[in-house]
Amino acid sequence: MSSTETLDHAARSMALVDYRDAGALKSLPTRNGFGEGLIEAGTLNKDVLAICADLAESTRMDGFKKAHPAQYIEIGVAEQMLVAMAGGLAAVGKIPWIASYAMFNPGRSWEQVRTIMALNETNVKIAGAHAGVSVGPDGATHQAIEDIAIMRVIPHMTVVVPCDSVQTKKATLALTERFGPVYLRFARDKSPIVTTDATPFEVGKAQTFRAGNDVAIVACGILVYYALIAADELAREDGIDARVVNNHTIKPMDEASIVDAARACGAVVTVEEHQVHGGMGSAVAEALAAKAPVPVEFIGVQDLFGQSGDPIELIEYYGMGTAAIKDAARRAYARKRG
Amino acid sequence: MQTLTPERRKELELKANDVREGIIRSLLAACSGHSAGSLDMADIFTALYGFIMRHDPQQPDWPERDRLLLSCGHIAPVRYSAMANFGYFPVEELLTLRKFGSRLQGHPERLKLPGLETTSGPLGEGLAQGTGMALGAKLDHDDWRVYVVTSDGEHECGLHWEAVMTAAKFKLDNLTCIVDRNFIQIDGSTEDVMPLEPFADKYRAFNWEVFECDGNDIGQFIEVMERAKAVKGKPQVIVANTVPGKGVSFMEGDYTWHGKPPNKEQADVALRELEATRERILASV
Repeated sequence: MSSTETLDHAARSMALVDYRDAGALKSLPTRNGFGEGLIEAGTLNKDVLAICADLAESTRMDGFKKAHPAQYIEIGVAEQMLVAMAGGLAAVGKIPWIASYAMFNPGRSWEQVRTIMALNETNVKIAGAHAGVSVGPDGATHQAIEDIAIMRVIPHMTVVVPCDSVQTKKATLALTERFGPVYLRFARDKSPIVTTDATPFEVGKAQTFRAGNDVAIVACGILVYYALIAADELAREDGIDARVVNNHTIKPMDEASIVDAARACGAVVTVEEHQVHGGMGSAVAEALAAKAPVPVEFIGVQDLFGQSGDPIELIEYYGMGTAAIKDAARRAYARKRG
Repeated sequence: MQTLTPERRKELELKANDVREGIIRSLLAACSGHSAGSLDMADIFTALYGFIMRHDPQQPDWPERDRLLLSCGHIAPVRYSAMANFGYFPVEELLTLRKFGSRLQGHPERLKLPGLETTSGPLGEGLAQGTGMALGAKLDHDDWRVYVVTSDGEHECGLHWEAVMTAAKFKLDNLTCIVDRNFIQIDGSTEDVMPLEPFADKYRAFNWEVFECDGNDIGQFIEVMERAKAVKGKPQVIVANTVPGKGVSFMEGDYTWHGKPPNKEQADVALRELEATRERILASV
């Protein structure tokens, strides 16, 4: 589709960039948005702390360290300590952001997260970096694809998976202001930036990025871009008009918007860089089974571990690329038509 | 430095006896819970609430209070009994321990009961949170102190040692870790389950200031705590040697009392023994 055609009203109301124009798209890692947002949060509020477990550069805490050295704490390779110590700092009024790879925090520190952050309702913010198979060459040990499941199951927890670096910055700032335990998930590799500074962002409010009433593609994280591309191709190739919903807040999920999309479209595809079990797709399916049962197809890792490889190669291999999303949409569309 | 007069010491010993009585009564009412460690820490909790700490039972969230964290949450009965006996809530409420709707959860929950600093029970996590609080006090130039009560068994947890390293790194001299060194855990002697000796040397190697005392001697404990408070530039640990089940003859030194409560008969015997101890303290000079 030519980029000279304007984006639809949904995309325009969300002030998206023209994601169809590959030449105009910029790409940056979502973690960069975290780094920028954290620096700004630390300027706005001196109680904001960054606690780092020997991953300053790769979690993008290094900028905060330079900008706010008195608010930066390095504790070494100790992810359980990261959570527990942050709990203590939060108890005396600080707002600690703690960062590591998602595989280690909350992967290694889950019980501390449950007891100290959630049961005790402390104002600790987890930044889970390097989530998804798109971590790439590091391989399965470092590719967190179970983290959404283990976090969304915990009471009191807020779980946010922004779609690009611009939205990650907004999410970082919004979550700093939100009292209570929080999990913010982002990726390693650079990914297309589809939102702009003018795109609204509200924790717990899903966003319709593309209008359509044939099938709803509900996505989160860097795969939102893939969902948008898949939707445009579906329109061109099959005449299927897909709605694309950026479901960035998995908990508390915007059930009203998801139910609305399911009722309007009659079929849903969920898209996430995570196991199909227990993640965002499961959250959507739980809501729809209770309130608006429609055919649902799940895009995600099919009960497997990742492996080393190029990020895009891995996304394709594990069935999360645009071709897989289109196939899932066709299946969901066919199922609704019986 | 505060001094402990003989009169004050006698008052505290009587109070510790009351705390033990509250432990027995609450455990009997609950029909479950941890007897040995609760009893052996009665003297230390009494000294903390009755002499050492800056706190106000009427203002449990007073920002200037010293923070007392109970890392080994399973000995909650001693903390609850000490809190009740020092005015945080009515002593009768101890009989709700572990019951539905009670503020006295089986393992302590901060959000349920004012005066608790953390939610604890999963072992090895208290010192880590205390380290965060002590660092927070340093960042804000506050002068309150952090006391963390730990069991010896939980020194088998890796997270505890992450905290030991971190507290030394940040020179948290406003942090004191108190270890209930009673040598027992659920499966037997700590030295059989997982040897912890040389215990004090481990802390010295991690750049902590180490004190040892008889944890069932209120005077000795207060004396080392006063010395610990004076230490500059290092966190301190008090290795408090205690007798598990202290104060109840048939429980003393027997690890099988780690995780069980007395039945009615046993509780009656225990309460009679404590009454005799009260008489002895009152008669002493």
